[in-house]
Amino acid sequence: MRTSRTERLLGYAILVLGAVAAVYPFVSILALATSRPGERVSGFAVPTSLYLGNFTRAWTEGAFSWALTSSLVVAVCVVVGTIVLAVPAAYAFAHARGVALAAVFTLMTVGLVMPYEALIIPLYEMFRGWGLLNTWWALILPQIGLSLSFAILWLRTAFRQVPPSLEEAASIDGASRLRTLVSVLVPVVRPAVLTLATLLFLFAWNEFLLALVLVPDERHVQTAPLALSFFAGNRRNNDPAVTAAAAVLVALPVLIAYVFLQRRFISGMLAGAVKE
Amino acid sequence: MVRVPGDEDVVRRGRLWRPLFIVPALAVYALFVLWPLTQTVRYSLYDWDGITVATPVGARNYVEALSDPAIRDALVHSLVFVVFYAMLPAAVGLVIAGVFARIRVRGMTFFRAVLFVPQVLATVVVAVSWRWIYAEDGPLNQVLGLVGLDRLARAWLGGFTTALPAVGLIGTWIMSGLCMVLFVAGVQKIPRELFESARIDGAGPLREFATVTLPHLRGELMVALVFTTTFALRNFDIVWNTTSGGPGDSTKVASIFIYQDAFVSRSVGSASATGVLLTAVILVVTGAIMLAFRDRSAA
Repeated sequence: MRTSRTERLLGYAILVLGAVAAVYPFVSILALATSRPGERVSGFAVPTSLYLGNFTRAWTEGAFSWALTSSLVVAVCVVVGTIVLAVPAAYAFAHARGVALAAVFTLMTVGLVMPYEALIIPLYEMFRGWGLLNTWWALILPQIGLSLSFAILWLRTAFRQVPPSLEEAASIDGASRLRTLVSVLVPVVRPAVLTLATLLFLFAWNEFLLALVLVPDERHVQTAPLALSFFAGNRRNNDPAVTAAAAVLVALPVLIAYVFLQRRFISGMLAGAVKE
Repeated sequence: MVRVPGDEDVVRRGRLWRPLFIVPALAVYALFVLWPLTQTVRYSLYDWDGITVATPVGARNYVEALSDPAIRDALVHSLVFVVFYAMLPAAVGLVIAGVFARIRVRGMTFFRAVLFVPQVLATVVVAVSWRWIYAEDGPLNQVLGLVGLDRLARAWLGGFTTALPAVGLIGTWIMSGLCMVLFVAGVQKIPRELFESARIDGAGPLREFATVTLPHLRGELMVALVFTTTFALRNFDIVWNTTSGGPGDSTKVASIFIYQDAFVSRSVGSASATGVLLTAVILVVTGAIMLAFRDRSAA
């Protein structure tokens, strides 16, 4: 297709502008975080030297080694738990006929648009009753519950795309359903499972409201976003550069992972969105 | 006995495997999603401080919520956020998709990855970044100073008139990249010939957009609107970590009320009623969007 030079230039101009806008807020706190104490920070000057003092202060004062560990533990457990539960269920739904299972499936996908705001008060009461407030369980279990909707929807599509001949071959060999699923089908849908894992990990890593309500008092189980929120709140009248350093510390693990996994992540978001 | 294809495994291995495979997931989902949902509805019919005995009050919490001017203000704030979080990003995304319907760009993967960065950052990180951008000595006011508009400089999140649009623009920033990437991907799937023939028919850029690009983006548009609108209506993280609903009540939204009522002032009943109302609004709005954009040809 022929397009004019102006149109192409306009296209690039928009993309560059968009790209700058997309990264600027993070770059601005990165610049603030690397600025020396007492120096007036310009929002646009390139820092001339690398000063890391704010990071060490944020790391020790905000106990971010604990926060990052918590986030990692919670996110990994949510991902593993969700996938272990969702794989067999999604496989069954992929082969489901009949009204009853269709109804169960619809019920299980309502969670896609269900806000935590509608569940958070009973969840608080439940975990208080069980004595599990301020533990990792209070963050892991509800997030598995609410992640299942997306995971099942996602994996069901993946299972439906597996050619039926594969399963027939396995069933002729006399393999049980579970055996077929684990050793024949799961390897086939592995890319879909990995993409799903990436997305679930990110959602769990960034979750905030649940942590704010369910682990409010125990510093050692608080996840990184919650620790950052408290840290930024407490220091509102203090050195903003240290707060910025804390924010960079929280964002960095995910950004680094994103650099390596961005294809998987974006294709996942797009496919997950359009598949419905 | 009549045998149909696929009947063999029913005979050989029974049909129970399907329920058996579903039950573990369903149990967890029921315990941590469905059951709490029913409890929220139950709480909403009581006057309860979370500790002492609850007294049933019927629909009073709902009546009070709906007649409370503060809740009505919160609804208005939510609608403003829908404009900033959903409408504006969709509009930005569509305009840009329109541009890319006509051109091919090199390095799209790179730009896509960069435009997606706002989706990857934790909302708390986003909030901290924008608090700095909007701060009195932050980058925004520095720019205003550079171009000689010092008198406009202010603490943007602290002003009664500026806080709401300032928080709204954060949402526009988060969602625009997503809409852009989604729509541009959709546009690239449209068969080239459709654009060619539109052009042979003498269609200008606007006609081409209205007759070719827009109808083919129906699915993407629906997905984007459902996602962004839900995010706008829930919108707790960003508001809580930038303004906490302030100054005054100028950026307060339903989810802030729910949190404060339930966990600060401990009026669990009215918080639950607000939660039920918020959920109902989200279900109705997403349902309406899906209905408006459903595939009529496939029906």
